[in-house]
Amino acid sequence: MTVDTRPATVEARGWGWRHSSRIAWALRDVSLRIEAGERVLLLGASGAGKSTLLHGLAGVLGGAEEGEAEGRLLIDGTPATAARGRVGLVLQDPDSQVILARVGDDVAFGCENLGVPQEEIWQRVDDALDAVGLDVPLDRATKALSGGQKQRLALAGSLAMRPGLLLLDEPTANLDPEGVVEVRDSVERMLQRQRSTLIVVEHRLDVWLPLIDRVVVIGEGGVIADGSPDRVLEVEGERLAEAGVWVPGHPPQHPAAPASAPGESLVSARGLAVARARGTMVADGIDVDVRAGSVLAITGPNGVGKSTLGLTLAGLLPPAAGQVTASEGLGGGAGAHPIRWSSRQLLTRIGTVFQEPEHQLLAKTVREELEIGPRSLGLPDAEITARADELLQRLRLDRLARANPYTLSGGEKRRLTVAAALATRPQVLVLDEPTFGQDARTWQELVAMLAALRDEEGAALVAVTHDLDVVAALHAERFTMGSGS
Amino acid sequence: MTLLESRARTGGMARINPVAKLGASGLIALPLIFTLDMVSAAVALALECVLFVFAGVGWREFWVRTWPVWLAAPLTGVTIALYGQSGGTVYAEWLLVRISEGSLLLAGATMLRVLAIALPSVVLFITVDPTDLADGLAQTWRLPARFVLGALAGLRMVGLFIDDWHALQLARRARGVADRGRVRRFLGMAFALLVLSIRRGAKLSTAMEARGLGSPVRRTWARPARFGTAEWMLLLIGAAISAAAIAAAVWAGTWNFILGPS
Repeated sequence: MTVDTRPATVEARGWGWRHSSRIAWALRDVSLRIEAGERVLLLGASGAGKSTLLHGLAGVLGGAEEGEAEGRLLIDGTPATAARGRVGLVLQDPDSQVILARVGDDVAFGCENLGVPQEEIWQRVDDALDAVGLDVPLDRATKALSGGQKQRLALAGSLAMRPGLLLLDEPTANLDPEGVVEVRDSVERMLQRQRSTLIVVEHRLDVWLPLIDRVVVIGEGGVIADGSPDRVLEVEGERLAEAGVWVPGHPPQHPAAPASAPGESLVSARGLAVARARGTMVADGIDVDVRAGSVLAITGPNGVGKSTLGLTLAGLLPPAAGQVTASEGLGGGAGAHPIRWSSRQLLTRIGTVFQEPEHQLLAKTVREELEIGPRSLGLPDAEITARADELLQRLRLDRLARANPYTLSGGEKRRLTVAAALATRPQVLVLDEPTFGQDARTWQELVAMLAALRDEEGAALVAVTHDLDVVAALHAERFTMGSGS
Repeated sequence: MTLLESRARTGGMARINPVAKLGASGLIALPLIFTLDMVSAAVALALECVLFVFAGVGWREFWVRTWPVWLAAPLTGVTIALYGQSGGTVYAEWLLVRISEGSLLLAGATMLRVLAIALPSVVLFITVDPTDLADGLAQTWRLPARFVLGALAGLRMVGLFIDDWHALQLARRARGVADRGRVRRFLGMAFALLVLSIRRGAKLSTAMEARGLGSPVRRTWARPARFGTAEWMLLLIGAAISAAAIAAAVWAGTWNFILGPS
């Protein structure tokens, strides 16, 4: 098979797609032409169908049993479903797109599927790894790579197929700041070698704008705006920012600084060592205080044990060494050691919001989800209903009260898990990456809510985060963990 | 995760096509499944011990990987000694327990049999890398590539499931529901894990399709699986052990074919 490596042209003619499980179309009436070698940033509010369009172009939407298509979607004039191999797609979640156990084999996978002769495959693998700047041995275990390296691996895997069109679906949304820069630089380096047509979907514009020469905005009714980045952002910037896109010059609002100084220490760690599982210590020598009416931000690069420290302070993981002590006021009758509290005793004392909402969702409806904590406390029915009502309203979830939590969007799920933790009014709230992958609108809402909790309830907040904007917006005290500590 | 983790290694055994290892284990096990006597198992086990020396597996590792077998074999033996079919002199009797000459012989034979079947399988498979096995199954045995590669990629996700399970446990404690109802909670977590794994699986399959899996072109293989002299030699060794075990048992008159007339 001869492989066509010229940059591809893309054309959509009144294209639309409806998932078979939904009544509404994911997107409709998209008409658009992208010339060979153009670099396009695709924008739109969350739920506008950006990913659907990319999946359609990559030919991975599936057949008639997955959904219904209308109009035409063409790559170099042939239907996208028949153009596999001409199109490379890199997705958001680094863990879900590593296919094989070794780096070299993973990059070779696409070439094998396209029937590239064996001797040529390994040449292409070397070239692709070089192009993305991933300088590791071919037999390095893929699971030992960092998030940013995994995304570069996925990029190399696509690149080795020599695609004429490269599609990036929020490739940096799940990465820490270093990983974001790493991946962006890789894409830039790669484009210097191979002039593929590029379409990127991303919420964080500042990172990608320097690479881009055209912005397309999609939404209700197809393409809403299309043109040079400057012109589109000038006209559509404000509307996009309102829809949750991180537009330069339109930063989300920060809440006011706390009015009063931090109160007493509710939880304190002394000489603490933390371990995720017994015997695998990730950090030690930790001394830190969690104070009422203030926010403690735990920061540092991936893999230094930030989440593990958060879970240990939350009374969920036992300290590997040293002490986590609760104040008299917090512990009360339950004693001074959070890890020895019962699950129920924990509810009114320390709440935890996990990074993955799916890990902590328990109920069949949003309302039931909010009622689980209060019910476990044995509160009277009237009180349970009142608390759920109040939270539904406050977090704009009232419309969704009867929806299944699993069907909510990412931002809605995040709001729900925070609300569920607040339902039992804990004095301390530990949040693991609360703003991870959230759009600007959800970000602003979450930050405002956490500030209110800090000031109005005098709660102590612990945020495990690598989002430095959150640290600034909440006037948090920073506890930085390093690979050396 | 001693069962799943596998390191690529450089010894002579590591480079042999895993399909041949599968075949050799099968050849060794075959006659031992069809007879129940002490001699065949003992001979097979003795010959295997010679094989282990050349397998390139260190002693420490040998014990670490095989200890469950060493534990399971005597347990099976004891059970059969106590409850197995009795015959000959009866040494002790208590309720259902009856230790006799026959049950002791049977126990010994079973114990040796468990060792003789399980040990070579474990030793041969320590040196198998899952990727090589998939290559072998798809190329040597011509199993459908889609199926083999899907299973291989899925295997890699097991590590993620273990992390998920741990997080699910912690989250239940945080939500105030971990004090009671252990069974119900377990079922709930199992369901949540199922949902999570289906989602991960769907994403993984999209990623695989985006890399051209299932395209109409004939697939090539970056790592060709050979089936050469070394592979045939290993099969031959397996067959030889098998034959020696049968011959010894027939010669000693202990051979009892379980499917044959008794």
